[in-house]
Amino acid sequence: MTMVRLSELAIGQPGIIEEVDAEGHFRQRLQALGFRIGKEVRPIRQALFGGPLQVRIGSVNVMLRRNDAALIHVWAEG
Amino acid sequence: MKRIALLGMPNTGKSTFFNRLTGASARIGNWPGITVDLLGAKILLGAEMVETVDLPGIYDLHGFAEDEQVVRRFLQNNPVDLLCVILNAAQIDQQLPLALQLRQLGLKAVLVLNMVDEAERLGIRFDTAALAAGLGCPVCPISAKYGQGFPETRETLRQLLSHAKPADTVALQVDFAADEALIAEAERLVARTVTLPRMLEHDLTERIDRVALHPLFGIPLFFLALYLLFQAVYTVGGPLQDGVAWLLEQFRDLALVPLQTILPSLLYGLLVEGVYDGLGTVASFVPVIVLFFLGMALVEDSGYLARIAFLMDALMARMGLDGRGFVMLLMGFGCNVPALMGTRVMRSRGLRLLTMLVIPFSLCSARLQVFVFLTTALFSPAQAPLVLFALYLVSFLTAFATALLFKNRLQSREPLLIELPPYRLPTFEQIVLRSWHEVHHFLSRASRFIIAGVVMIWLLTHLPTGVPAGSPDTLAGIFGGWLEPLLRPIGIDQQMAVVLLFGFVAKEIVLGAMAVVYGLEGDALAQLMTHQMDWVQAFSFMLFTLIYTPCLSTVATMRGESKSVAFTGASIAWSLGLAWLFSFVFYQGARLLGY
Repeated sequence: MTMVRLSELAIGQPGIIEEVDAEGHFRQRLQALGFRIGKEVRPIRQALFGGPLQVRIGSVNVMLRRNDAALIHVWAEG
Repeated sequence: MKRIALLGMPNTGKSTFFNRLTGASARIGNWPGITVDLLGAKILLGAEMVETVDLPGIYDLHGFAEDEQVVRRFLQNNPVDLLCVILNAAQIDQQLPLALQLRQLGLKAVLVLNMVDEAERLGIRFDTAALAAGLGCPVCPISAKYGQGFPETRETLRQLLSHAKPADTVALQVDFAADEALIAEAERLVARTVTLPRMLEHDLTERIDRVALHPLFGIPLFFLALYLLFQAVYTVGGPLQDGVAWLLEQFRDLALVPLQTILPSLLYGLLVEGVYDGLGTVASFVPVIVLFFLGMALVEDSGYLARIAFLMDALMARMGLDGRGFVMLLMGFGCNVPALMGTRVMRSRGLRLLTMLVIPFSLCSARLQVFVFLTTALFSPAQAPLVLFALYLVSFLTAFATALLFKNRLQSREPLLIELPPYRLPTFEQIVLRSWHEVHHFLSRASRFIIAGVVMIWLLTHLPTGVPAGSPDTLAGIFGGWLEPLLRPIGIDQQMAVVLLFGFVAKEIVLGAMAVVYGLEGDALAQLMTHQMDWVQAFSFMLFTLIYTPCLSTVATMRGESKSVAFTGASIAWSLGLAWLFSFVFYQGARLLGY
């Protein structure tokens, strides 16, 4: 297990959330959508031209930009 | 009167539930303590009239977002007899903490678990009795969309209200540490009362997304879908529009023209040629507007708009906007007014203002009408669609250029976090209700301006009395004379200057104004235009019409949404300047090249 940022996970590679480095409103929205410590997240796809990531957490699909995804630290296999 | 407040997260079908509960009787209203308008309705529940308020969707009662502050201030200033908390049953594990936060307010409450049909399809099962016991309030599973469980919920609301003691406003204390404990409590409660399937896979949604969000085909597919939507709206709407125009004309000929012998001529002219004809212009637009909003409601409720934001975000980010801004520009193709109101989802003021600054460049349906008329009159059938296409390009170009120029002034670092909801097929009823709300809003806004606008045009082109209508000696002619030095360098003569002056009120008036100014209608007017201006002048006129202030409704909406007269003024000045500059460069350039 290695700790990486959510933005560094390969497409389809699951990770377990260890830390959410966001603040204020963004942190709360992440929480409300289920980004909590211990939950599994998985990047599904990325939009063209360095666009946002589609990430699945539980039953929810969200899009977020790569620089925002970098605030979420996860444990990845291998 | 007792009061029910509806509360829940965004995308939980709260508005659908509200519409079902209140019918189409909702009105926008002001409430003590808050500055934004909320939808409210008085409904008969049992034997009592009850006021129902739809509060903005929030994620967290203790959050810092504008909507969350609105909700807090509302609860602090307005007594609520019953809090109706609506959660998306399919996402109960994520949403239950909000219900627990609300429970701490100590208000009488009921939990409405919406979208149980969707949750069932996903294999989620509830022990509602245990959940109700754990929460200490009744739990009503429903599908607001299909009406399943709705009568029972209504009855529960009635019973709870009939036993309610007179309520008081609440005092809110925020305890963030307690919120962590609430999340833990919510997780325990979910574990005890909800059966979640191990892996929740929205199979169909994922399969559609594989195509709709395809790295290469996603964007072309979107433009194809957009093209088809426009085709559908104008193919179906065109004949309907002609039909309404025909009906209005019949009424005019049969019922109003005979009045000419009874009424004094000035009054007849003002009422029939001014107000009736002016309102008729708006009325004949209603079918296209209704269809457009039907189409938009279909797209919006299907969940596809969030995907468009996903596809376009990278491009928009380079211009200081985000994917949602592109969605607003699209909505502006119909009418700029709802697009401006749509920017409410943006929380950062810089981002919201920048988006509001670019929306008026979006080529709305009213401007399209003017362009179709002029391109058909002045260009060959082969050239006309290309000219229209060029105008759409200019529309995007001016929007993007504006964003690039002002992105440093109106900066934002708003993280973008959008849920990509499962694709949903909206019900017919839902679409009709939604578009009715939009159309009602549009009409009430538009009609005010258009009545005032057409009365003004009529007076300007007919006063002072004793000079020929529309001649240079009328007030309109005099104003046109003043504007001439400014508009001559862009190839617009005195008469067309008057038309542009009227176009400031609303682009729907432009064609009517041309008809009044030249005293001709329809084909005869088109014929005359070919003698009045060449293609260079016509294109310069269309560029100006496209870029300068869309209409007074847009100005009023911008003023209302930005709450800033200075910003609204700056936006008007910028678009006027840009319109003049584009027309000037084009007109003088084309003339230099010998056209």
